[in-house]
Amino acid sequence: MIGWFDENLVSILNGFAIGSLLFILAVGLSIVFGMMDVLNLAHGALFLVGAYLAWSLLSDGATWGGFLAALGIAALVGLLAGGALSVMTEPLARRPILDQALLTLGVSLVVAEVLSIVYGNDALSVGAPPGLAESVSFLGRSYPAYRLALIGVGLVLAAVVYVVVERTSVGALVRASVADREMVSAMGIDNRKVKVAVLGIGSMLATVAGVLGAPVYGARPGLDDTILILALVVVVIGGLGSVKGALVGALVIGQVESLGRALLPDVASFILFGTLALVLVLRPRGLFGPRKLAGT
Amino acid sequence: MSATVASTVADTAVSAGRPGGRRRPPSLLRALPAVLALVLLAAAPFFLAPFATTVLGRVLVFALFAVSLDLLVGVTGLPSLGHAAYFGAGAYTAGLVSIHVTSEGLVPVLAAGLAGAVAAAATGWLAVRSSGVFFLMLTLAIGEIVFQLATTLDSVTGGSNGLYGIPAVRLGGTPLTLAGHVYWFVLAVAVAGFACLWLVSRSPVGGVLRGIRDNEPRLRSLGYSPFRYKYVAFVIAGAFAGVAGGLFAAQVRLVTPSEAGFTTGALALLAVVLGGAGSLWGPVLGAAVVVLVRDALGPTLDGHGPLVLGIVFVLAVYLLPRGFAGLAGVSGALRRRRTARGGTT
Repeated sequence: MIGWFDENLVSILNGFAIGSLLFILAVGLSIVFGMMDVLNLAHGALFLVGAYLAWSLLSDGATWGGFLAALGIAALVGLLAGGALSVMTEPLARRPILDQALLTLGVSLVVAEVLSIVYGNDALSVGAPPGLAESVSFLGRSYPAYRLALIGVGLVLAAVVYVVVERTSVGALVRASVADREMVSAMGIDNRKVKVAVLGIGSMLATVAGVLGAPVYGARPGLDDTILILALVVVVIGGLGSVKGALVGALVIGQVESLGRALLPDVASFILFGTLALVLVLRPRGLFGPRKLAGT
Repeated sequence: MSATVASTVADTAVSAGRPGGRRRPPSLLRALPAVLALVLLAAAPFFLAPFATTVLGRVLVFALFAVSLDLLVGVTGLPSLGHAAYFGAGAYTAGLVSIHVTSEGLVPVLAAGLAGAVAAAATGWLAVRSSGVFFLMLTLAIGEIVFQLATTLDSVTGGSNGLYGIPAVRLGGTPLTLAGHVYWFVLAVAVAGFACLWLVSRSPVGGVLRGIRDNEPRLRSLGYSPFRYKYVAFVIAGAFAGVAGGLFAAQVRLVTPSEAGFTTGALALLAVVLGGAGSLWGPVLGAAVVVLVRDALGPTLDGHGPLVLGIVFVLAVYLLPRGFAGLAGVSGALRRRRTARGGTT
């Protein structure tokens, strides 16, 4: 057992790094849907925006200044994009949820296409900021420092999101909106402002995840779909609207992706689907999903 | 959804299932547009350039794919984003059968239909248990997994280079090499496919499917098993998506993973939404717009047809909630039928 762990340590660590990234991405998707009934299929495209932003600022050599600037700009772009999505989905609020999903799907096609016009169709690689670009020795293995840092950032962000959602009054509002939106609005809280804020923060997490993920995944056409699917699988496994679910789902899918691809490369896709199938057969609403769902 | 609309539809659903239910044969006048369209389509190679004929053939293939998706989205109320998985399964199967076994006549296309049905039966069992947005996400995941499989199994599928060297379709041993001949082959199979899907949607089963779309609890309380009907619809839709994939392989003779990918599925959904979910003929027009923009207009836009399609998509959601079929606003029967694109209430 210990020998197996030792042999696959690198894959397991990679799984945690992917899991951290997926959590940052999926928690926004999950809360936006749980709270606002908006299934944001442009979430993957926003990730790609972040990744290309990182490439723009780091392709001439990765510096901390460039990296932090990319994070800052990405956060701002994400907030604005979330605001725009909120305005765009507002006229569809009374139509079936699917219409909002279709709208964001159309938006994601447009965004992905514009990115490929601007940046071309080649896969671009992005360097990690200085000091993190090397491999370090970790538990007797040589491992990329950036990925270790990513695991750390993911854990910190997970803790921050958890504390904000579970322990603050803002979080109470978020949880209350997930549970019963009508009641929250009956208490005099402007649903539209909450929607703008939640979509803004959710989209910001997606673009920031794109910057953080760029040194691992690079930036290329099609990455948006791959990432979106992984995030959706995480959300489905964890349960819509649940922070804890997003965290557990992200860690599970991170390991499935990394260990699966390392140990059984030919059937890794089946394992991903198998995990999803197993969870849904046992718990149709996901591991930590709500009992009642608006969208179903 | 208003209760009266739901009950009317559910009533028609039930009466359609009754033996000897009132079903008027379509009048000659109503069949006329379809007959005219068919004659025009059959004559097309005589007055179109070979390239235009090929594009028209692609429209037919994509239209069959879109109409099979409409059986799910429009008729049953199951919005699938991963329908390209079965299109891709069919295309790869037809390609492999043509290369390794025979490219004679209908054999590869029928094998493709079977592959689509089997793939849909294997994955649909899970997908159909969910509904609404959950169904959307599950089918999305299924589609992506098939895409990943097509990319990673390069010894079978040729990986990201695609499956090439697919021989031309043969009829009685003679390979069809002229664009017009291939087009007629595609037209014949596609029209047969449309007819089958139309019959399914008009059959008592189709009535039940519409009833499920509009009011699933009611159908359940009437003693139907919605799961079984939805599953059957999913497998039929998968089978015809597979047939469409088989036609694609016969026509293009190159199959790449993107045929099974997210964008293909999204564009099929665009064709359905644009044409009008539930109308069956609407998605044919929607498919024509999609293929014309992507294949005919695309090259003049430096291959950025998808950008135009994305914008069309966004506009269609706002401006055409019922698609072209809603614009035409034709018969009372059509108007009565709720578009129910989500079936979520």
